[in-house]
Amino acid sequence: MKTMLTIKNLKAKIETSEGDKQILKGINLTVNPGETHAIMGPNGSGKSTLASVLTGREGYDVTEGEVIYDGKDLLELDPEERAREGIFLAFQYPIEIPGVSNVNFLKTAINEIRKSKGQEPMSSVEFLKMMKEKAKLVNIDPEMLSRYVNVGFSGGEKKRNEIFQLAMLEPKLSILDETDSGLDIDALKIVAGGVNKLKSKNNAFIVITHYQRLLNYIVPDFVHVMYDGKIVRSGGKELALELEENGYDFINELKVNAEV
Amino acid sequence: MENKLKENTVETNLTKKLINEFQAYQSKLNGDASGSLNHLRTDAMSVFEKLGFPVKKMEEWKYTNLSPVMNHDFEFSSDLSVSGITRADINKYIFSDGNVNRLVFINGIYSRELSSVISNNEKIFIGSISDSMKNYKEIFEKHYSKYADYKNRSLAALNTAFSPEGAFIYLKKNTELDTPVHILNISDSKIKSVFSQPRNLIVIEEGSKIYIAEDYYSAGDNFCFTNMVTEIFCGKNSHTEHYKIQNEDERSFHVGMTQIHQEQDSHYSNTTISWGGSIIRNDLNSVFDGTNTESHFFGLYLLSGKQHVDNHTLADHKMPNCYSNELYKGIIGDNATGVFNGKIMVREDAQKTNAYQSNGNILLSDDATIYSKPQLEIFADDVKCSHGATSGQLNQDEMFYIKSRGIGDKDAKSLLLKAFASDVIDSIKIDEFKNIIEEKMDLKLKNLLK
Repeated sequence: MKTMLTIKNLKAKIETSEGDKQILKGINLTVNPGETHAIMGPNGSGKSTLASVLTGREGYDVTEGEVIYDGKDLLELDPEERAREGIFLAFQYPIEIPGVSNVNFLKTAINEIRKSKGQEPMSSVEFLKMMKEKAKLVNIDPEMLSRYVNVGFSGGEKKRNEIFQLAMLEPKLSILDETDSGLDIDALKIVAGGVNKLKSKNNAFIVITHYQRLLNYIVPDFVHVMYDGKIVRSGGKELALELEENGYDFINELKVNAEV
Repeated sequence: MENKLKENTVETNLTKKLINEFQAYQSKLNGDASGSLNHLRTDAMSVFEKLGFPVKKMEEWKYTNLSPVMNHDFEFSSDLSVSGITRADINKYIFSDGNVNRLVFINGIYSRELSSVISNNEKIFIGSISDSMKNYKEIFEKHYSKYADYKNRSLAALNTAFSPEGAFIYLKKNTELDTPVHILNISDSKIKSVFSQPRNLIVIEEGSKIYIAEDYYSAGDNFCFTNMVTEIFCGKNSHTEHYKIQNEDERSFHVGMTQIHQEQDSHYSNTTISWGGSIIRNDLNSVFDGTNTESHFFGLYLLSGKQHVDNHTLADHKMPNCYSNELYKGIIGDNATGVFNGKIMVREDAQKTNAYQSNGNILLSDDATIYSKPQLEIFADDVKCSHGATSGQLNQDEMFYIKSRGIGDKDAKSLLLKAFASDVIDSIKIDEFKNIIEEKMDLKLKNLLK
């Protein structure tokens, strides 16, 4: 099986008003097609920074290491090129774009991706048909799609819209950044149900979450615990349950050991 | 005051040439014009001679310098009555083949051959001012030059001195005209640089309704200078949708005054879009002369290169219970400059006024400039007025979000800029015209973001 993503000793910093701050301090991770990886960890451990660096958000400076995606040096690509190569980020805080309708936004995105692959633009009929189908997946009212991107959407609607976009763009590697935050249990089930229907042997998911709750519905193959810019523990899905029971206490032990 | 202004003026070759031209123009008119009109012209010319072209020392012209205009040797449109513009040429400027009344003016001169009017009947007249004289002389005299004050405005005075030539539109009481009127102005500088002074008079009587699209283009490789005045009378409970689009090329200068007079319960909406031209100055003034009137000013300036666009607006609340709302947006790239000066005047009697104003700008380069100045003068105590001005760059979070879906940098910018301008574009209620505006905006953005 061909590896999809290899992260080797990835270190990254951000510029702050108090000088540079090292956030990622040597991440190693391998993701294969068909796999779902959960990344857990306390606040400030660098989970969202990892998502940002993988998708090319500005303001992060990679100081060491490499990321190979589909045989390519991912860090050399612009955000839009990464998206066209099949990387998708479901945002923790989806952005509102007044004046741009969901339909127009997605149609532009899909056709840009198709263009990059030398394909013809999708016909309007085909596009509308696809939109209807995918909207059902996450229980989105088609009326919402004619509205401006995320404007006037509730927190839950915004998250569902992220998964809807994921469904429309059919990425190879999806990164869900705290998609569960701010969702009630019903909304969480809808979102997780959508993701499960989209899983296949050809795509992969990285699910970033603070809580174990989401992982009851999106069952991971691997669970990684991040702390202070590193993956400090990896295991199977049972690791999430262990964390649920014992919390991140073991990290304190790690800290003590490090100090000794 | 006038003496002081006199000190500020600069005698230019163009001024001298205009004075000579005026004498020639007067002698050519001979007995053509009625006495009162002749008197008006002479008076207006004396005002212009006294004031001259505006200069930057004047507060109202602080940011706009007309002196580059003075360097060109313009031919006056009256000498260029023969134009090479053909029907095939204007095809690229029109927005509907059938359902529109089109008036075409080349260098300010009416072209009967290129115009096509389909709605005229006993209640509707759409044509040139000269053609209106036969049946509508009385209406003309009642309204002409009654609203656009030239006494303190030298450019309006200059226009008045050489007028009237332009569109005359008249809707009799209770006439709803759904077929839009397209006033197509083309400056043809193929042979020489041209100076034209269109003058439009639009009279919408009580209970009537109209859609007017005033479009400006240029053709030819020389320079064009347009000094236009449009006066609009909005009768009681009338409804006017008015659009002014400036599509001229980079060798064009355009100064203009649009003066609106609103009677009780009237509704007037203006959308001014400027993306062509080198130096542009628009004055849009509405006087609320009746209670319960409503006025909307929308504006968009989309500038590149060294373009300079100055929009001055005035909502003059004279009567109680009136509403005015203004939304001007600017997208400024390269070394271009935008000026916005929005004045709201609430006079003593204008209680219960609601007046709002907002000006937003996106600067696309470090060398782009915006001067934004809201001006509120309020003499009544029971009013609601607000204004706001912003300028900034594109939102980086929005940019990243869009790019993360596979949309490239230019397309992402274009998407956001179109979204930014959308509430101004959406104010255009003639669908076919709006489609053309959207296409033009795409084209302009492509050039701007290259």
